[in-house]
Amino acid sequence: MNETRIVPCLPRLRLVIQTAIVSATMLMIAIPAFAGLGENVSSVQADQAHMQGSLRSTQSESYTLHEITAASGAVVREYVSAATGKVFAVAWQGAWPPDMRQVLASYFAQYQQAAQTQSNVRAGRRPLLINQPGLVVESGGHMRSFMGRAYIPDMLPEGVKAEVIR
Amino acid sequence: MNGARDKVRKLIGGNRMTMITIQNGITTAAVCGALLFAGACGGGSSSTQTQPPPPTGANIATLTVNPGPAGNYANGAFTSVTVCTPGTSTCQTIDGVLVDTGSSGLRLLSSVLTVPLSQQNYTNGNPVAECLPFVIGYTWGPVQTADVEIASEKASSVPVQVINQSAYPLPSTSLCANNPGGPADTVQNLGANGIIGVGSFAQDCGGACALPPSSGQNPNLYYECPAAGCTAIAESLTQQVANPVSLFSADNNGVIIELPAVTGPEASLTGSLVFGIGTESNNGLNGATVYPVDDNGNFITTFNNVQSSQSFLDSGSNAFYFTDAAIPVCGDDTAFYCPNSTLNLSATNSGFNGTPTGTVDFSVANADDLPNDAVLGQLAGPNTISGFDWGLPFFYGRNVYTAIQGKSTPGGTGPYWAY
Repeated sequence: MNETRIVPCLPRLRLVIQTAIVSATMLMIAIPAFAGLGENVSSVQADQAHMQGSLRSTQSESYTLHEITAASGAVVREYVSAATGKVFAVAWQGAWPPDMRQVLASYFAQYQQAAQTQSNVRAGRRPLLINQPGLVVESGGHMRSFMGRAYIPDMLPEGVKAEVIR
Repeated sequence: MNGARDKVRKLIGGNRMTMITIQNGITTAAVCGALLFAGACGGGSSSTQTQPPPPTGANIATLTVNPGPAGNYANGAFTSVTVCTPGTSTCQTIDGVLVDTGSSGLRLLSSVLTVPLSQQNYTNGNPVAECLPFVIGYTWGPVQTADVEIASEKASSVPVQVINQSAYPLPSTSLCANNPGGPADTVQNLGANGIIGVGSFAQDCGGACALPPSSGQNPNLYYECPAAGCTAIAESLTQQVANPVSLFSADNNGVIIELPAVTGPEASLTGSLVFGIGTESNNGLNGATVYPVDDNGNFITTFNNVQSSQSFLDSGSNAFYFTDAAIPVCGDDTAFYCPNSTLNLSATNSGFNGTPTGTVDFSVANADDLPNDAVLGQLAGPNTISGFDWGLPFFYGRNVYTAIQGKSTPGGTGPYWAY
């Protein structure tokens, strides 16, 4: 793994806030937006700005890991395939869950349907495991400590095992 | 053969009416009577005959493991909570409230509340509401204050969440709006009449929610809600939904959950929710080992030589949830493990900083072979990404202490777990 850059983003965002009346919409985005699962990498830097955090990217042979650390300490990791340029996996960890609609992008509806089918089983807290041919989502934790990951099995680069996604 | 899913779902519809006991304007003496009645009612006297009598005291509430008010809970521990309109004797005792050491704060379904509580308002006079996400499902509704009584413990003007999906439109940007599980806004969905979070923290959110909504550090759980729609706000620590224990005038540094051991599935189990640690003659540590907990409410569990620093004790989780790729999950319900025969396993718990350490032995039965009972001490399931989740089965046969962050106890300052 070869670390390529560390880009602190906070000063730039402070400048924006100090010099302009940022729109109310912008101010309400405390939960970051990401390059969603299955989408192109091009929006990673915009995601970084949304999270008001720092970006660290590390490159390996078959994928690049973009790790965004938010001001809150929450961490989101986006795994981008070198072959396709698309996000094949996302992992998260923080005091609260991320915006899953952003994380899963077009996969959110599938995720929600699978989760609500499962939640009929019983009330109460337990981990969520969705293991479908086209989508794997695993999340767990408790108040002030949530974590999880999502990936598309078919999009895993050759030789990359799911265990590396954390 | 009953599937794991059937095991739970078949319980729905059975014996649900016995669990909701709601009384208005009762005196403290009557509350104690109501608690005892609720415990006996929900406890199922036939299965408790062999257990020693639970300890008694003004700081002890009865804890009952049974199917709960929805009739669908396996390994859920319930108690009764009395809430009063602040400053009045207009009170209501609500039983079937899930006791949860994995969260902080009292949340009650508006559909079971019959006494008015006091709405908390933002500085501009608009009502305050909260979105509280769980891993699966969420609670949404107004923040109101109540005088809270449990056993003989009292706290005044406690901010609580009243779960009411229709009170205000759910903001589309909130964490609740994109939670996969949907609202836990009915007895059936919640599996309880409410949740009492008696976990490691004095408030549910903490300092992050007191920061400006625009800071990028505030998860935006709290909202002010004019008719035009809700907007995220900074909510001070004293305004946040609070762990009621932390606001008791005495015995306010934590709780003990005391449940008897079980040898096999049982219909119900009766134990105690004890308030305070080392504050009375009946709540000393008695040699329990103190495991320090980090500021996120986790410690370390090592299982199969894998160390997980995001592990936790949680009476609100209903099984052992952990990773062991060698154990097959059930074919009909992948939330549980179905080993060919019951497994006797062992793990090591450590304080978040590595010390002390202690071994925990536990067993995992085939979930499909377990009956439709509420007490299943060998129920377990997979948890592949987060740490070891020691749910209610861990609490059977132990006295488990949860000390609140920043509170002094004879075992040191919280947060910690001890057992």
